Amino acid sequence: MGRMTTSTPAVSVRGLRKNYHGVPVLRGLDFDIQRGETFALLGPNGAGKSTTIEILEGYRDRTGGEVSVLGVDPQKGGLDWKARLGIVLQSSGEQGAATVREQLIHFAGFYPNPRDVDEVIASVGLEDKAGSLIRKLSGGQRRRVDVALGIIGRPELLFLDEPTTGFDPEARRQFWTLIERLKAEGATILLTTHYLDEAAQLSDRAGIVADGQLVELGPIDTIGGAEARIPLVRWTRDGVVHEERTERPGEFVARLAAGGEPERLEIIRPSLEDIYLELVARDQPQLATATSAATGKA
Amino acid sequence: MTTHDIATTKTPSVVTPARVLRNGFSRIRYETLTYFRQGDVVFFTFLFPVVMLTIFSVAFSSSNFFGKDAAGHSVSAAAYYLPGMLAAGVLLSGLQNLAVDIAGEKSDGTLKRLAGTPLSVISYFIGKIGRALLTAILQAALLILLARVAFGVALPTAPATWLTFAWVFVLGVATCAILGIGLSALPRSGKSATAVIIPIVLVLQFISGVYLAFTNLPTWLQNVASIFPLKWLAQGMRSVFLPSTLEAAEAGGSWNLSGVAIVLAIWLVAGLLLARLTFRWIRKDS
Repeated sequence: MGRMTTSTPAVSVRGLRKNYHGVPVLRGLDFDIQRGETFALLGPNGAGKSTTIEILEGYRDRTGGEVSVLGVDPQKGGLDWKARLGIVLQSSGEQGAATVREQLIHFAGFYPNPRDVDEVIASVGLEDKAGSLIRKLSGGQRRRVDVALGIIGRPELLFLDEPTTGFDPEARRQFWTLIERLKAEGATILLTTHYLDEAAQLSDRAGIVADGQLVELGPIDTIGGAEARIPLVRWTRDGVVHEERTERPGEFVARLAAGGEPERLEIIRPSLEDIYLELVARDQPQLATATSAATGKA
Repeated sequence: MTTHDIATTKTPSVVTPARVLRNGFSRIRYETLTYFRQGDVVFFTFLFPVVMLTIFSVAFSSSNFFGKDAAGHSVSAAAYYLPGMLAAGVLLSGLQNLAVDIAGEKSDGTLKRLAGTPLSVISYFIGKIGRALLTAILQAALLILLARVAFGVALPTAPATWLTFAWVFVLGVATCAILGIGLSALPRSGKSATAVIIPIVLVLQFISGVYLAFTNLPTWLQNVASIFPLKWLAQGMRSVFLPSTLEAAEAGGSWNLSGVAIVLAIWLVAGLLLARLTFRWIRKDS
């Protein structure tokens, strides 16, 4: 499909505020998503991720600030604007009385330039289930139908709100491949996820929301700053666990080993998840524990 | 600004009348297909009048208090209840089914998903009303067939009478469907929808001459029922299927077809306004 050649961002958010019944849940967010970029919005439950994404999708009205999505204010977005979006909401409990293929053929008809239904079914790995009623599918399979419905209209901008919840590892890998292909075609993607490896794998940049504010914003490999990425050496001696952060772990370990073989020696490069948990813990002590429990389960 | 222009000139607008209509027909197909895959719904809205007609026809099969036709033959229970059950079917397929169904779609996320697509609300309405019309036609055919084949009810032969049936039926379905869309805003959740809607529908059937002879009701209750469309719908159906000798037993001694047309039309217009004003894909910021 034709790509935009201008540098106007696909999404532009300035000073976004949102109150529910007078209680602020978003306290002034600023970020842009460039065309063709994949942007991950991360943060603990209740931080405001879904509120933000639903404001961008036009589902909720903002209390203050400026928002532009594909050059349109979402509060005034009409059907032509919606035709350029793909929306994968958090999972829902619809009746599912249509088969996978019927559902996709039906939704494809809403869009002016839809993708091929069978190709989309194949791309989410549901070829074997194309003739099955959606209500007979497992949770992970239904989620794949949600993703298929999100991309059927060949969207310029794709919203993915926790898209891989309930996926088995194979389905997640397959989903990642699909997203890489959409990226290669030039789609702009806004992703929220609790799987930090997924965010690291797929996104170009990320913003971390905590308590209604962006506490971090930047390319995925610089989130948290250089300091947060300093490798950690961990070892045990005489039953006591020791940790040391060092830019030169090899040299440090050589010195350490000279004094006798250390037990349980590890050199740890902080993952996005480690950095994220540290960032969130710094800004939101009580929420961070809940999140680490959630990601630990995942 | 220029990027938006490029995008809109590249892809044709999705809101042309032809497209809205085409999606409307696609919705009718989809709605009807998925309707018949929901067993409980099919029973309580589609087959219910058929079951009721059978019960009444069998229970009162030896009764002869339903009046006599011009030739002096007693009107059978099946013949007497057929028009009432046809009216009830229109009410169930239109009002009850759509009100419960849309309230459910609101709370299970169906409408939220549709709200994120370029589907026009008009196409969605066409789908719902079209489905109500299709299922009501099948239901009426089933009722009439059952009455004719199983209970030997004589059907009208004059084309003019069938023409009356056609307009009463179509106007009735349209009015009930629109009112169903409007009433779907009433239940607070999909779970409470049947509990809110079915009592309304049931009370209406009892006071509108579907189960009980209308003129046997106290006058004040007749006056209350005359406000609502079902009484008129049932009356229109009786004018089609009952012998003219029973016309004298109607309120005012007349089928009053112009009254039927006027009241149904008023409710249709009021329902359209109500639906237009109250219908939202989703409740923002609830």
